[in-house]
Amino acid sequence: MTPDLDPMILAIFLPLFGAIAAFMLPRAAAVIGLVTLAMTTGAVFWLAQRVLATGAVIVPLGGWGAPLGIDLRADGLSVAMLLLTSAVGFLVSVAALDSLKGADQARQRQYFWPLWLLLLTGMNGVYLSTDIFNLYVMIEVIALAAVGLTVLSGTKAALRAGLEYMYASILGALLFLMGVGFVYMQAGQLDFAGLIAAEPSAAMSAALALMIVGLLLKTALFPLHFWLPAAHANATAPASALLSGLVVKAALYIFLRLTTYMPLPDEILITLIGALGAGAVLWGGVQALRAERLKLLVAWSTVVQIGLIFIAFARAGQVGLAESWKAAALLILAHGVAKAAMFLAAGRIKDEIGHDRIRDLDRAPVRPTLAQFTFALAAISLIGLPPSLGFIGKWSLMEGAMSAGYWHWVVITMIGTLMSVAYFSRVLSAFLRFDRVRAPVGEHQGWALADAAPLTLALTAIGLGLMAAPILRFIEIGYPFGAAL
Amino acid sequence: MTPDLIYGVTGIAVFGIGLVGALCAQERLRRVLALKLCSVGAGFLLVVGAWREPPDTPDPVPHALVITGIVVMVSATAVALALIRRLQTLEAEDDA
Amino acid sequence: MMDAPLLPLFILMTSLLAAPILFALPERSARLRTGINLSMAALKVALVGWLSLKVSQGGIYDLRFEMLPGLEFKLQADPLAILFIALSAVLWLITTVYSVGYLEHGPHRARFFGFFSLCVAATVGIAMSGNLFTFLLFYELLTLATYPLVIHRGDAASLRAGRIYLIYTLAGGLVLLLGTLGLWVLAGTTDFVPGGVLADVVAETPLAAKLLFVVLIGALGVKAALFPFHAWLPIAMVAPAPVSALLHAVAVVKAGAFGIMRVVYEVFGIETAQALGVTVPLAVLAGITIIYGSLRAITQDDIKKRLAYSTVSQVSYITLGVALASPIAATGALAHLIHQGLMKITMFMAAGNLAEGLGVKRVSQMDGVGRAMPGTMLAFSLAALGMIGLPPLAGFVSKWYLAQGGLEAGQDWVIALLLGSSLLNAIYFLPMLHRAWFCDAAAQRDGAPGRPRIGWMLAAPPITTAVLVLVAGGFANAPFSPLEWTRFIVAIEYQE
Repeated sequence: MTPDLDPMILAIFLPLFGAIAAFMLPRAAAVIGLVTLAMTTGAVFWLAQRVLATGAVIVPLGGWGAPLGIDLRADGLSVAMLLLTSAVGFLVSVAALDSLKGADQARQRQYFWPLWLLLLTGMNGVYLSTDIFNLYVMIEVIALAAVGLTVLSGTKAALRAGLEYMYASILGALLFLMGVGFVYMQAGQLDFAGLIAAEPSAAMSAALALMIVGLLLKTALFPLHFWLPAAHANATAPASALLSGLVVKAALYIFLRLTTYMPLPDEILITLIGALGAGAVLWGGVQALRAERLKLLVAWSTVVQIGLIFIAFARAGQVGLAESWKAAALLILAHGVAKAAMFLAAGRIKDEIGHDRIRDLDRAPVRPTLAQFTFALAAISLIGLPPSLGFIGKWSLMEGAMSAGYWHWVVITMIGTLMSVAYFSRVLSAFLRFDRVRAPVGEHQGWALADAAPLTLALTAIGLGLMAAPILRFIEIGYPFGAAL
Repeated sequence: MTPDLIYGVTGIAVFGIGLVGALCAQERLRRVLALKLCSVGAGFLLVVGAWREPPDTPDPVPHALVITGIVVMVSATAVALALIRRLQTLEAEDDA
Repeated sequence: MMDAPLLPLFILMTSLLAAPILFALPERSARLRTGINLSMAALKVALVGWLSLKVSQGGIYDLRFEMLPGLEFKLQADPLAILFIALSAVLWLITTVYSVGYLEHGPHRARFFGFFSLCVAATVGIAMSGNLFTFLLFYELLTLATYPLVIHRGDAASLRAGRIYLIYTLAGGLVLLLGTLGLWVLAGTTDFVPGGVLADVVAETPLAAKLLFVVLIGALGVKAALFPFHAWLPIAMVAPAPVSALLHAVAVVKAGAFGIMRVVYEVFGIETAQALGVTVPLAVLAGITIIYGSLRAITQDDIKKRLAYSTVSQVSYITLGVALASPIAATGALAHLIHQGLMKITMFMAAGNLAEGLGVKRVSQMDGVGRAMPGTMLAFSLAALGMIGLPPLAGFVSKWYLAQGGLEAGQDWVIALLLGSSLLNAIYFLPMLHRAWFCDAAAQRDGAPGRPRIGWMLAAPPITTAVLVLVAGGFANAPFSPLEWTRFIVAIEYQE
């Protein structure tokens, strides 16, 4: 039996074939890349419409079916992640056309598209997988492609950061693999249904712990974040946008799924995860305040935001988990869109001004107005000011924490907000300062088409806040997984 | 002490030694090798877990996991080695 | 007459949609920019006029959509909202004219007018917010839109002032977020309802309700420049004159004072707040701010700083009137919202003219400026006398009602407070008038500087608002005067 043309299969295999084609035909790589992305985005919209109409969808790959074969499954949350990935990915690709157009960037152009399409394959695979072994394979695909993107610029700093990233990724994957093995020995199954059915036991908890540590390493939760700032800051701008906006979310997503199917055995563990998130918010905030480079500051802000997402997860303890994942999901979506916008804008600013030293930004006689404006809009969402999606996420986080009486999470979130105002205003005030410029400032510098994609992303991050209610209704479709089976 | 326990403890020990090396080693190549050691330890554990008292045959699924892990590890190592070489070339150019 | 249920949205959009257009205009298209600015501002005044007519005939406007489960974005046009949007619409028009003249050759005009529009949009949104959640959205937008205006000059001093402004207002905004969440968790709604929504909560957990009151008033008190959260206001004086005028008369401090009104009347409800025992402390705090602001104003030599401290003092009249929990005092408070706006905007525009036309920025340089710029100084003098409370000017009307309200509420100290404050007002305003009109300029400036050249766009706006000060006071009892409208509102809030 051959499977019908299905949007889920398309979402995984289109980018895979695209990656191969882009690698074989480097001259046409950009065209292949954009067309593939457009088609993948189309497939994801098709899938979204189907899920909206009929609820969660399952497709057995090759007609085998779980537990032996591979099932693909799409519910609200996974489709939301797919939409995030393909929509943000498409806009980043458009921006990449401009930012990789330099004469000395031929190599980057050649490898960017295959690597990025491979990355997309891996991420779409993660969001549609229904068994943990499949997830393992997909996060490996992601890791290899992501490291490739990190080192794309070929500078020494990027290579060093990429190597660190590779080490962390390998270690994370091994931990995850061991966890997968232990789960199999206990439960005898690897699909999600098997996880739900499995009796909780000490061995299962140990397996879960192994997998979670591996995932935390990949998603860079404090104190396992050490590889992230250098990797994201030294990558070329579109790669940074993909890595920060999308890649870390894959491991986060798996974390959310796993902890739903295999509940954390103890309240203490949830508090611990929240505490690590708090550590990320505080430490990342301090580092962002001290960062000397714009892109490094943005990278540290990713560490902070990851921490915030974990606080959202832990906001109301074990009892609140049934609702808390939604707050975390909102923050994931908000960060994905806003951070991609911010990295692209930071890249534009660096290109136009010629450097990204924060203390000298206000000396520049060139002011890329639109990129600066984009940066400011993205900052609004990341700080969590209304009406952005970041604000709604923060509101959900604090609301849940307050209702449950967990005031410490409220306090940490407020401190984190103030710190984010402080570090972003270092940059924003430099944009608006003019008395240190020697030469006359030209008016409306940098009105370029290249700003269109980041600006669209930033406006989306703000505007999605107004659509939070429909988004929440959407991600709940077909969830939780167990109930649908 | 049963054989599978001995193998299991050995696997954990090998993994642990690799982990320490991966975290503490300074040299790039050494860290790659340490991570390889980790993967050997992990593979060991999974293979031991698949073992069944004869006459039962071992469970094939963990073996499949290990094989996949090896394949993934080979490619990851290749990437890491390529990066290290490229980095060394760049650094040598600087020194020259 | 045709009915338009989306009227409040249109009013919001006149300035909200103007902003991106203004941002996108090239710096040199000055005419087009001015055209868009003035036509949008005029359109807004017309729409607000139409809306107030409909509302006075009993029209109800209520727009809402769901942002989070149960939590709505809600715009409403109740009489209290109308009062505030009428003020902001009229003063936006006048200030726009003034700004066009003021910034004629300055840099970054596209940016300036874009944020200026956003700032007005935020103010209108604050006025028409139907619940505290929506209020919070616009309150933060106001902070973000005013920050670039405050640091418009882009030098070290402006940035320093801007940083302090941002720290105060964003911290205040964060506390307001906390308060809004607290209200949502405690009451399950954030709607503004005359009579309040917290009666049950107050009965059950008075401590939580008290805490909520402190958090909300503290958060709003930052923008309302309530002592001890007032320090940002005098520092923000580095902003260009039209920005200061707008900040003091309409946008920022008024947003805070307006928020305090909404919280006391429509979140807690005046009776509930009274029963909770929080109104008297608030009145005392307002009283302290009134005296403190006036005392600090006396020692300032910088004209704008003196005016800023005067604002700290005058805006607290509004809070005082709200906190006295008497319908008559409330009438005074609401009327003062309008009256103070008219008077203070006149004075800031006049101060801007002095700086532009004569280079006069300090009180000690004001000798003889009355003869040099008679129109501007006449407007300034009228407003200053109004602030002191001279009948029949606008300030007298509000003080009269406040004093009567104090008596009605059994808080006799309010009379002494108002008399003392008026005396202090006189101490810091009259010397300015004396220098302007009765001292000889020759002693200060070398020779006769000749007629200062300021265009009509700078000269006319303060005179216009000064006339409004006169009209609002002299015809206080005419239909559609601020005072009459105020009575209409008080009848609703006190549910008579």
